[in-house]
Amino acid sequence: MDIEQSVDGGVAVLSPSGRLNMVAAPQLKKTVDASVADGLARIVVDLSGVEFIDSSGLGALIGGLKTARQASGDLRIAGAGEQVRTVLGLTNLDRILKPYADVTEARHGW
Amino acid sequence: MADRTTHRHTQHEAQTTSGRGKILALRVVAVLSLAAGTWYVFWRWVWSVNWDNWWIAVPLVVAETYALIDGYLFAITIWRLKRRGQAPPPPEDATVDVFITTYNEPVDLVMTTALAAKAIDHPHETYILDDGNRPEMRAAADAAGIGYLTRGRDWEGHTRHAKAGNLNNAMFETYGEFLLILDADQIPKPEILDRTLGWFRDPDMALVQTPQWFSNVTESDPLGSQAPLFYGPIQQGKDGWNAAFFCGSNAVIRREALMRLGIQEYVAEVDAAVRKALRTSGRILDRSRRQMRKVDPTAAAAVAEVRAAVDLALQRLDAGDPVADVTYDVQETVRAASRSVVSDDLAEIRADLASIGVDLGEDVGIETDPRTGIPLVEDQILDELTTRDYSPLGALDAVGRIMRAVDVTRSDEAQPVMPMATVSVTEDMATCMRLHAAGWKSAYHHEILATGLAPEDLGTMLKQRLRWAQGTLQVLLRENPLTKKGLKAGQRLMYFATMWSYLAGFSALAFLFAPIFYLLFGALPVHAWGLTFVTFFTPYFLLNQLLFLIVGYGVKTWRGHQYSLAMFPVWIKACVTAAANVWFGRELGFIVTPKVSVGGRRRFPVRLVWPQLTVLVLLVASVVVGVVKLWTGSALTVIGVGVNTAWVAYDIIVLSVIIQAGLYRGPGSEDRSEKVEATV
Repeated sequence: MDIEQSVDGGVAVLSPSGRLNMVAAPQLKKTVDASVADGLARIVVDLSGVEFIDSSGLGALIGGLKTARQASGDLRIAGAGEQVRTVLGLTNLDRILKPYADVTEARHGW
Repeated sequence: MADRTTHRHTQHEAQTTSGRGKILALRVVAVLSLAAGTWYVFWRWVWSVNWDNWWIAVPLVVAETYALIDGYLFAITIWRLKRRGQAPPPPEDATVDVFITTYNEPVDLVMTTALAAKAIDHPHETYILDDGNRPEMRAAADAAGIGYLTRGRDWEGHTRHAKAGNLNNAMFETYGEFLLILDADQIPKPEILDRTLGWFRDPDMALVQTPQWFSNVTESDPLGSQAPLFYGPIQQGKDGWNAAFFCGSNAVIRREALMRLGIQEYVAEVDAAVRKALRTSGRILDRSRRQMRKVDPTAAAAVAEVRAAVDLALQRLDAGDPVADVTYDVQETVRAASRSVVSDDLAEIRADLASIGVDLGEDVGIETDPRTGIPLVEDQILDELTTRDYSPLGALDAVGRIMRAVDVTRSDEAQPVMPMATVSVTEDMATCMRLHAAGWKSAYHHEILATGLAPEDLGTMLKQRLRWAQGTLQVLLRENPLTKKGLKAGQRLMYFATMWSYLAGFSALAFLFAPIFYLLFGALPVHAWGLTFVTFFTPYFLLNQLLFLIVGYGVKTWRGHQYSLAMFPVWIKACVTAAANVWFGRELGFIVTPKVSVGGRRRFPVRLVWPQLTVLVLLVASVVVGVVKLWTGSALTVIGVGVNTAWVAYDIIVLSVIIQAGLYRGPGSEDRSEKVEATV
């Protein structure tokens, strides 16, 4: 899986594409960790390129959220497609993490 | 030898599809037995209880009722006995991680299992999950080209959750679609995956459990290690209700099922903990604001600001706003308010900080239950905090700490997502019940595909059984299967049946002491030990025996029967300690096993089984006294002494297993029993 990275006004935007499943999850988590280590603790994960996510993918998002929060930062998700929203609902994770429409909306309030 | 013949037997059974006749016979005998039992117990309650001696009469009739309910649950269990036969071929391209969990077992023992695991036919990755973090274990794994995982730095200073924590840690380091879980001593056969993976063609299948069979057990098995009734009719029966149990080892799990469970639990835990902390923060802030309104207006304003944010946060949560956003905003408000107070008076703050530093630890109000690792916002601590006389910044700082502690990060735990349940020391049962409640399926595949090592001495065995019983009862008390959301009626009963069976210790007391009291003191629990009793009791007893004869055809069920009575002190201890643990937060406690002398000479472990020995002595003495009394013509009747002597004889035969067990010396060496202690 490819993860595109960009930095915009102190916010790191990570854009994985393809399948965010058990094979790709550790890679996403490592990318988040690296961003926080570089001092970019405010992170938006742009899921618009993700066609499939499983619970391991969600686990990586939660792990990333923890890393960011521990550095007084935050992690938000944006651009979730239908399959991603379904899985978020199935696990109730949308009770914790709000799927923002896009990166701009996700950055609101930072 | 026993191992091999049984293997053939189960394989043969797995391949036959017949057995309709046996099921029918089982059902007929079960119905007859329960009818006779119900009639008998009804007669006992309504006509035969001797209320003059209620102190023994009532316990006895309650114990008999308990046994009858146990009979009903057993009948329901075997009613839909499911023989699965062979699995379809494995799903195409299934990826598998084999996990071998170890803590302190000898490296050789672990490597024997690991090499056998590496040689499994189906493509897979093999990992040793070493909770002992031993360099020599790592070296051996590396040399054999086997994966080696230990806990990372995240776990420092956190509850480790034993085996559940070990597995949870490994889940985030690996990525196979299916997980084969093996205890360090469970040597797998090469075909284990090819034989079981096929059940996962059902997309709802979460778990396939295979039997646990022990190779170091003699034919007579005095410690009752083999559990042929459980790894057979009982599991097959539970399977019929889609409630086959996960037993911690020799099982294949679908990662997605476990991970989804972990996410769902994470959401539930975080939501509850955040609400609780917000409410407590509100109380702290109210007090603080009242106290400083006149003293320090600036700080009072800051506190009011945070107080408003807390209220808003609770409202937003009720309105369905995501917890991450809500907590982030509160944290931001607390940070800003703290800064405004800080800049206001630096000197005062230094004093504040010093006093806080003395009074408060790092994790105010949030503790992890040391036995189960459940994150707890301790009411006592939180209440104490709210009554304390805090200075303005003190209040803000306390809130800040609480907010950090119950943030969406679950900072009280090493990792936010814990797929394997940690509410009980038997994480397997708790996890399995949650999987079933979430709508997943499980399967029991009745074919021995791994063989392990059982405890070889009484002390270790008792310790292990106590642990199982405690864990099962923890699950009952924390997540009652009768009320847990999501379970089907049959599943509720299957979990409850196992939990119910662990209450046997109390009924055993009545069954053991009723004849003693009669023979020693003439205390009659029933109106008469006459022919009426015999005619009511005999059909029930015989039909019940017949039922077990059919269910247990070809396997030995007698040891299990003996131990359900003979281990009464263990069962009672488990009930008392599990209740004290769940309700009052006490330690679970354990059995202290006697030290073994260097030469290997062990004395009979009187200290472990003194209650049973005492009862045995009383049983024998009571018969002697009863016969003497009869002979000297006191109040006892011939039929009364006859019935009670037969009863005593049965009790003695059943209890005697504990003496055999105490004298038993396993064929293995010391390091083997060391292994078993680690896995319990």
